[in-house]
Amino acid sequence: MRKETLQAWALILPALLLLVAFTHWPAVATLVDSFYTTPKGSRPPRFVGLENFTDLWTDPVFWRAMHNNAIYAIATIPISIVLALAMALAVNTAIPGRALVRMAYFTPTMLPMIAVANIWLFFFTPDYGLFDQILAPFGGGRHNWLGDTATALPAMIAVAVWKEAGFFMLFFLAALQAMPPDLKEAANLEGSSRWNFFRRVTLPLLMPTTLFVLVNAVINAFRLVDHVVVMTRGGPDNATTLLLYYIYEAGFRFWDTALASTLTVVLLILLGLLAWLQFGVLGKRIHYR
Amino acid sequence: MTRKLEITGAWLLGFIWVMPLLYAVWTAFHPAEFATHFSLTAPLTLKNIESAWAAAPFARYFLNTTILVTLILVAQFTVCTPAAFAFARMNFPGRDIVFAIVLMQLMVMPDILLVANYRTMARLDLVDTILAIALPYLGSAFGIFLLRQTFRQVPQELDDAARLEGCSLAARIWRVYVPLARPTYLAYGLVSVSYHWNNFLWPLVITNSVTTRPVTVGLSVFASTDQGIDWSIITAATILTSAPLLVAFLLFQRQFVQSFMRAGIR
Repeated sequence: MRKETLQAWALILPALLLLVAFTHWPAVATLVDSFYTTPKGSRPPRFVGLENFTDLWTDPVFWRAMHNNAIYAIATIPISIVLALAMALAVNTAIPGRALVRMAYFTPTMLPMIAVANIWLFFFTPDYGLFDQILAPFGGGRHNWLGDTATALPAMIAVAVWKEAGFFMLFFLAALQAMPPDLKEAANLEGSSRWNFFRRVTLPLLMPTTLFVLVNAVINAFRLVDHVVVMTRGGPDNATTLLLYYIYEAGFRFWDTALASTLTVVLLILLGLLAWLQFGVLGKRIHYR
Repeated sequence: MTRKLEITGAWLLGFIWVMPLLYAVWTAFHPAEFATHFSLTAPLTLKNIESAWAAAPFARYFLNTTILVTLILVAQFTVCTPAAFAFARMNFPGRDIVFAIVLMQLMVMPDILLVANYRTMARLDLVDTILAIALPYLGSAFGIFLLRQTFRQVPQELDDAARLEGCSLAARIWRVYVPLARPTYLAYGLVSVSYHWNNFLWPLVITNSVTTRPVTVGLSVFASTDQGIDWSIITAATILTSAPLLVAFLLFQRQFVQSFMRAGIR
């Protein structure tokens, strides 16, 4: 082998070993585990083929988690991206107190989700909580936001949007600031309206950034469950059980590794499909500079 | 008119976005009876902070988190730098395939592979150690990708000059590439530190004692067990755990914002 090839492999090897040992190998091991039963005591795992998957198919909690996660994703992804774009556009103009506003948008990013969850937990408390106090003068009665199956998931969505929007704003802001100012001048000379300029110039130029943010938002829609652990533990009646939370519960509260592995395989397939959709289909339609 | 509306909207949104933090600060530094009622004359107190500090071993948790983020940062830099250089500036068969394999981690993060990674740690006899929290994150596709993009922009002539001077491969990386990539290291470092300072689910799963728990897990244990619903003390603990990053953010706001952006755009 050439000297350069050997050197290159030597440089890559430590990183590659770590990556394979803790990402690729566990992904494959999880797939293998999903074909076996959970070992119990001295009983070793037994090969059962696709039985875990057929069991999952009839597991109402699994479908509940899929359903919840779909709603969670469909709500948090567009809301946080649109808000992030609005925030970026707002602080990209010369509004009074711009630095302060930008900092306000960004603070949730710096707070641990777990700390944030504690604060929001209090906001959602019946009677004493902020929301009940705000609504009280308008005739709103005591409301158990996190204890009601109708409002618990929207509450989780609100927390996630609040946590993420400021982070995504930064990427839009960076893209906006990198835009050549003569575009704006030209549009002004042509008498183009602000809305027109935004729709025809700004938005198309922001598409690569939007794709990047979208990828992050999609990953987070499946990864961000810290607040569920603290605020609702998946309840009430599984109303806030998301896929990753169910994996955590199956693996480390029921110690059912077969179920947890099968769920993880479903999540991996989902993420793979979404990646293919985003880069294969959407990516081709976006104009890169 | 629309302009005024926009400004008001931007401010209102900003207010909603900081309010949870402002509220937490308010509750943490005032007596419990003012937790839900706001009055300018409410007396300030440090009692909540003191009680929270005394109620759980936060000093130890802080130490654990500090060890954890330092370990991760140092290891990520040393492991990702050579790999990023090889992908950026060396030609070898299979480079693109291996790079694609590395990038798969961007989509499939260790965060979701809890069960299999737990078993690996059990086999290595590392359950409930700080090293076990760190290990899955040391080889970082994000770090390799970020540094590779930066290294590719280093002028080839500089590298050639160093080679003519008789610099070894290691010396070229260390003397030419690393110094020129300093802003990227800063950006990556800040993103990495804040990510792992705030990380929760994997540390929750893999630790079960005071000597290994990071602050996030410590806070959740503290808030869920002993405290009942004494919100003043819980928010005090919350502020306590977020304070170091928050203070750092306020002090280095510009660097933080620029770093997060740099880590994202390329």
